[in-house]
Amino acid sequence: MNLIKATSRLVILTIAFSSAARADAVSKQNFEAKIGYCQDCHGPSGQGYRGFYPIPRLAGQQTEYLENQLRAFVEHRRTNNIMFNVAHNLSPTMIRALATNFRHFNPRPLGGAPKNLVAAGKKIFEDGVPSANIVACAACHGPDATGKDEFPRLAGQIYPYVVKTLSNWGKERGQIPGKPDTSAVMQPVVHSLTKSQIEAVAAYVSYLR
Amino acid sequence: MKLTRSRRAILVIGFAAVFPWAGHAESLAIRNCTWCHGVSAHGYSPAPGLAGQRREYIQNQLKNFSEHTRDNPFSRLYMWGATANLSPATAHGLAFYFSTLSPQAANDGNRELEAEGRSIYQLGMPDSNTAACVVCHGPNAEGVGEIPRLGGLAYTYLKRRLEQWGEGYHAAARPPMPRIASKLSANQIEALASYLSFVK
Repeated sequence: MNLIKATSRLVILTIAFSSAARADAVSKQNFEAKIGYCQDCHGPSGQGYRGFYPIPRLAGQQTEYLENQLRAFVEHRRTNNIMFNVAHNLSPTMIRALATNFRHFNPRPLGGAPKNLVAAGKKIFEDGVPSANIVACAACHGPDATGKDEFPRLAGQIYPYVVKTLSNWGKERGQIPGKPDTSAVMQPVVHSLTKSQIEAVAAYVSYLR
Repeated sequence: MKLTRSRRAILVIGFAAVFPWAGHAESLAIRNCTWCHGVSAHGYSPAPGLAGQRREYIQNQLKNFSEHTRDNPFSRLYMWGATANLSPATAHGLAFYFSTLSPQAANDGNRELEAEGRSIYQLGMPDSNTAACVVCHGPNAEGVGEIPRLGGLAYTYLKRRLEQWGEGYHAAARPPMPRIASKLSANQIEALASYLSFVK
């Protein structure tokens, strides 16, 4: 009697597990190997890294933003050969899992930006540049620069990455004219920002925690 | 990126003002390096080329040798002793001096593996979760700051260094190199070392 009960339980459990495994195609082993791959460049706690090219901070980043960017690399909406190569063979389930992973990391910002620019950057971030019709960054990215959904967190983002990104916006983002994405929102802003304003804002957000 | 002649002249003059011995190839501190690293600092197996290496990297490695965190056999044998009595000022001066010299490619790898090495270097291997070297070391393997120039270093040096990361040497160095290099197979290491030995 007990043997029959135990056997039927085992059968039920086996069915339950195998269907769960099918629904979630990402195995723990594959997921951890892929996370390690992210961490090799973006840092063990996703804090970013200053390589020859600046490698952005992922820690605390919005899940929707990361998902959208990983797709943008694959769809060539965002130009980046390295990240295209990294992302092109990821399943949608894996993309979702990776994008969620860094949400709750909270390392100290890497620092290193020119401190004398922070005050000017804070003003632009909070008030915009009325004379040039530039909206306050805080309007979309939030008063703490933590972002929301597809609007990225900027707090703690490494300085050279923000400078590079704002300087190259139109060459890197929204590269498929017939398929506009959230990046279009930034286009008029980056068009109006001067080099020194970009550096100031980048310095300010890089120290936010 | 090569320094223009005038910029290099300014650097050397500025350097000579701070380190009066630097202008002379006979200066003792430089001579002690070039015995092994070659009179033009282009390397002499197993001592790697230093010419054109990043100043911050050289300085950082000298510190690692003197603190015994860079601990592979040749480092123990030669560099621990060489750096035992090196003052920070002299280390800075030497790093500065060698960083201003023109590098020269060793060209001693296996030509047949060059293409595979280039592919690993420039694109990485997403299927085995291996990062692309280019992201940190630069498109011409020129390095930046504390990240070393790899282009033109000798095949045997590059090969041993990549093997040693995976063997646990220099474990106190900050990630990512121990992790990344330990994912490389013996063939992939040979391909990378071959490719890099030809990079100018």
